[in-house]
Amino acid sequence: MNDAAEKKLALSHFWVAFAAFILACFMGEYQVLERSGFIPALESAPVYFASVSTHGVLMAFVLTTFFIMGFGYMVAAASLKQPVWNKPLAWIGFWVALVGVVLAAIPLLTGKASVLYTFYPPIVAHAAFYIGATLLVVGSWVWCVIMLMTFNQWKKANPGQTVPLAMFATAANAMLWLWASAGVALEVLFQLVPFSLGWISTIDPGLARTLFAWTLHPIVYFWLIPAYTAFYVFVPKQAGGYLFSDEMARIAFIVLAVFALPIGFHHLYMDPEQAQGWKLLHGIGTFVVALPTLVTGFTVIASLEIAGRLRGGKGLFGWILSLPWDNTMVLAVILSLLMLIFGGFGGIVNASYAMNAMIHNTAWVPGHFHLIFGGTTIIMYFAIAYYLWPILAGKPLFSKPMALTQLWLWFIGMVILTTPWHILGLLGQPRRISSVVYNNLLTLAWKPYELAMIFGGLVLLGSACLFIYNLVKTQLNPVSEDFAETIEFAEQYHAPASMPDYLNSLGLWNKVIAVLMAISFGFPILQFFFMKTFGSSAWGY
Amino acid sequence: MQTEFSKGINIIKDLCVQFNTIHIDPLERKWIAISLMIVGLFVGIITIDALFHGINPPSKVETIDSASLHLSQEFAEDNLGVQVDDKGAVIIRMVAGRYSFFPKHVDVPAETPLTFRWVSMDVLHGVHIPMTNMSTMIVPGYVAEISTTFPKPGEYPLLCNEYCGLGHNHMWSNISVIAKEDWHAPVKSHVKGEQQ
Ligand code: HEM
Ligand SMILES: [Cu+2]
Ligand SMILES: [Cu+2]
Repeated sequence: MNDAAEKKLALSHFWVAFAAFILACFMGEYQVLERSGFIPALESAPVYFASVSTHGVLMAFVLTTFFIMGFGYMVAAASLKQPVWNKPLAWIGFWVALVGVVLAAIPLLTGKASVLYTFYPPIVAHAAFYIGATLLVVGSWVWCVIMLMTFNQWKKANPGQTVPLAMFATAANAMLWLWASAGVALEVLFQLVPFSLGWISTIDPGLARTLFAWTLHPIVYFWLIPAYTAFYVFVPKQAGGYLFSDEMARIAFIVLAVFALPIGFHHLYMDPEQAQGWKLLHGIGTFVVALPTLVTGFTVIASLEIAGRLRGGKGLFGWILSLPWDNTMVLAVILSLLMLIFGGFGGIVNASYAMNAMIHNTAWVPGHFHLIFGGTTIIMYFAIAYYLWPILAGKPLFSKPMALTQLWLWFIGMVILTTPWHILGLLGQPRRISSVVYNNLLTLAWKPYELAMIFGGLVLLGSACLFIYNLVKTQLNPVSEDFAETIEFAEQYHAPASMPDYLNSLGLWNKVIAVLMAISFGFPILQFFFMKTFGSSAWGY
Repeated sequence: MQTEFSKGINIIKDLCVQFNTIHIDPLERKWIAISLMIVGLFVGIITIDALFHGINPPSKVETIDSASLHLSQEFAEDNLGVQVDDKGAVIIRMVAGRYSFFPKHVDVPAETPLTFRWVSMDVLHGVHIPMTNMSTMIVPGYVAEISTTFPKPGEYPLLCNEYCGLGHNHMWSNISVIAKEDWHAPVKSHVKGEQQ
């Protein structure tokens, strides 16, 4: 099959993603410097918050969305061995999303949208910011439709056959994202856009926060699923082994997609506008969604063990040493799992009611998500890029040692950046502050940790630059005629005899989600229309 | 109705049958059992804490018009700060507004159950007393009520912990926690009969 068109599509998406990424990394380093107050000349709250807002939007919305879209197109073409459905539409989706990013970037960079990536009215930004964000989401919906159409097309053409795991996961992610983005879409379309244009004079911040919380949890899994997909479909082969269990992988993806959605209130634990029974319900769901991650950890480690033993590793832990540590995918997955273990402990603290009160909105929180999102997830984005770039560009990777160094540096930098960040949170430092002016002894203890963060950020920035340099150099390599690598998917350790329909299609799970969402968000949203509420008028910042 | 119901039962039956056809490695079965136990343990702890020990986050769902707090009885300027109600409960009413907490300073007793009632007069804020569980979001339009006890006397900072504008980091004040014996209810308390 000639998949040149899909390759071009994927590569274009990836370039937008990583351009946003490198820009945002420079901003991240500026932010740790500014916050620390070590360079008085840098100090400026307006610049700082324009930067944090842009950094957050670029990392959380632009890098991720474009990466996931590009990855999906490539996975569909390679795993199904059929063209992606309606490529002209895919290009429309790309351009709509890109125009949205540019439209949002203008107010962001000029300080007219310093409302941070979470919006949180009644502070309002320039309308272009919300409209741009909407276009980005609309572009991603186009991708969702294309993924689900391609999935269905293949199933029709291959009745009774098992959809390849990579595509199953990607389609599940498309379904997840359609559901997840509905919350923020309602907020933006019915509250923020009309509010910022002055069409309505007040909005209810409680309702806005509830709708945002609808999106805020599952969006994390939207970002994470490509990383998990790589765990299951690339890692075992790259390590020289087999996928331990295809069925368990499907179950993990389904539980992720289903239970990531109805649990967003753990972001509202400390909020007055939702009652405790609903918080408890969402809190329980939050722990349930830890299950697929535990299963994934097991399957990945089991797959690695098979590989290590096939390569001659002996003893309880000997197989770890005989893994190909010089394979970028394998190294990345090991580092990613390490960060997941650290981050997982933090997550348990966040998810637990009583402990959450100690760290809510402290520096602990950005520390936690830089580790698990910037670390666990993004390091797999790197590994996928290293794996796919030569295939997409038709040229060998510029430098593998550089890639390995880069991955190590990212891990080390993340540890140096996020460990002090967590400690600062425990020492009471609030998140989202541009400098420390509290006239209090407590803040003296914060200084050394802020210094360490500057250093960690520097290591990360260096790593990010190496990453981009390697990709650019690869792209600029002369085309080599004899370069014919293709995507190789992991084979299964014991191939399933037959795949039950429930693990091969999404229809049933879509209905389950609808029921769970109605239960967990129905009343909490409707209450705003039944009780006497008082809207807030718009505020600048 | 009958057919709908039996259709539903059939789907579930079918699901069970199909579910049992999949292959799960014995080791993996064990791991899943362990995972379920871990998750069950955590869920059990927070549920029991919530239902029997009353450990719940602030969740009162009480609305208020943030635009006219001064007209409200409760949060009019004269009523802010510490009061002891007629049942002897210590209630602290505070207003958050860019960029401070009002009143600027309050004295509260240690080792005494305290009820804080927070409202915002403008945008979203959060308040946290570091290293304690006195933490809540303050959402305009709602009263955030939280009950806690401070075991140790001392001077504690109150920090705003949600971005509320460019001066967010300037938004803080202090609270003094005073040994129980040394603390006296403020004179203006509406304690019936005791008022001098
Ligand atoms: C070069 C490395 C990086 C440094 C030094 C850095 C630093 C920072 C800093 C100082 C903040 C402000 C946090 C606060 O005010 O509480 C921030 C926010 C943020 N960072 Fe990073 N960051 C880096 C990389 C990343 C990566 C790789 C991601 C994710 C892919 C990421 C995602 C975010 C997000 C979403 C926010 C917004 C948080 C908010 O609005 O509260 N960052 N970063
Ligand atoms: Cu969440
Ligand atoms: Cu504030």
